[in-house]
Amino acid sequence: MVELTLPKNSRVVEGKIWPKPQGAKRLTEFRIYRYDPDGENNPRVDTYYVDRDDCGPMVLDGIIWIKSKIDPTLTFRRSCREGICGSCAMNIDGLNTLACTKGMDDVAHPIRIHPLPHMPVIKDLVPDLTNFYAQHASIEPWLHTSTPAPEKEWKQSREDREKLDGLYECILCASCSTSCPSYWWNGDRYLGPATLLQAYRWLIDSRDEATGERLDRLEDPFRLYRCHTIMNCANTCPKGLNPAKAIAEIKKMMVERRV
Amino acid sequence: MAAPRTRPLSPHLSIYKPTITMMMSIFHRLTGAALYVGTVLLALWLVTAATHPEAFATVQWFWGSILGRVILLGYTWALVHHALGGLRHFIWDMGAGLGPERMMLSRLTLIGSLAITLGLWILGYWVR
Repeated sequence: MVELTLPKNSRVVEGKIWPKPQGAKRLTEFRIYRYDPDGENNPRVDTYYVDRDDCGPMVLDGIIWIKSKIDPTLTFRRSCREGICGSCAMNIDGLNTLACTKGMDDVAHPIRIHPLPHMPVIKDLVPDLTNFYAQHASIEPWLHTSTPAPEKEWKQSREDREKLDGLYECILCASCSTSCPSYWWNGDRYLGPATLLQAYRWLIDSRDEATGERLDRLEDPFRLYRCHTIMNCANTCPKGLNPAKAIAEIKKMMVERRV
Repeated sequence: MAAPRTRPLSPHLSIYKPTITMMMSIFHRLTGAALYVGTVLLALWLVTAATHPEAFATVQWFWGSILGRVILLGYTWALVHHALGGLRHFIWDMGAGLGPERMMLSRLTLIGSLAITLGLWILGYWVR
C-alpha cells in the first residue's frame, strides 16, 4: 500500500557529530543512517569525517575507515570488496548501489548513506532481506527437466547460451528491488525486479523444460504485473543489468502463449 | 530480556533521488487522475449545450474567464501528456526502448506534451 511517510518509530532524527580526525588535511564528510536495536531511540543520522590521505578511494573504504578509526559500532555488510558478492548494497547519495564499486568522488558531498530503502532495519545499514530471499526461492531458480538426464551434461548451443547474457550476472544485491516504488508499496505480493529477472533467466534457458509452469506461477496481478515500468531498477543496477527489460519480455511471453 | 523492538522501516521516497523515468511515471498517474475531473467538466459543457441554454451560457462564461482558461490549459496538457505517456508505455510493452534510450523517451513525453499544448492553444486563438 502506498504510504508516503515513515511510521513513527522509523522517523529519522539528527544524530551525533563525531570529532574530525587530528592533523588530517583532506577530509570528506559522511552522513550515515544509524539505528541501534538495543537502545530505545529512533533512527538517527550521524556525521563523520574521513581522512582521505589515510583511506582508499571507494565509499566502502570510507565506512571501513570510520569503523576502524572512529566508531566501531557502525554496522554494515561487506565481503568481497570488488562488486561480486552483493553484500554492501546500500543507498548512497540517493541511489542504490554497491559501496565497494562506488568512488567517493563520484557522488555529491557530504556523502549521504542510508540502508536499502523501504526495508525493515536490523541495525544501521543492515536491512532484513528474508522476504527478498524467500521471493527468489519461490521462483525455483534451478533447472527443471522431465526428460531423462543425459550421461554427461545438458547441452546448449552458443546462441542459446548468449540469451543468458545480461541475466546470469545478477548478484542478488537487492539494489533494484529496493529502488522500485511498486516494490515499496507491494513488496509482500509483487516479486520485484531482481526475482523477476531471475525468473526470466530460467524462462529463456533452452535446457529448462518447465516454461509453461513457470509462466503459470507468474500470471498474477501482483507477482508480475505490479511492474509499471518506472525503471528505477535499470537506472540503479550496479552491474548494469536491465530488470525492466527482462520483465517486459516475460509480459510478452504471457501474451505470445495466448495467441 | 525485554521483547524485541519492532524494526524501523528504512527511508524511501524522502531520500531516493528522483530519476526522469520515475518522475514521468508519477506524472502519468497524476495526469490520468486529472483527466477524470477534466472529463466531468467536458461532460458538463456538452450536457448543458444539449439541454439548458441559460446554464450553457454560464458554463461558457466560466470557460472564458481567466480561471476557466487556466483550468482548460491544464486539462489540455494533462490530456496530451497522458496520451504521449500511453504511447511510451505501448512502446515499452512491445519490449522496445527499454535501453538507455528510455531517458530520451521520457524527456520527449514531457517536452512533446508542453510543445503540443502550446501549439494547440496558439492554433485555437489563431483560428478564433
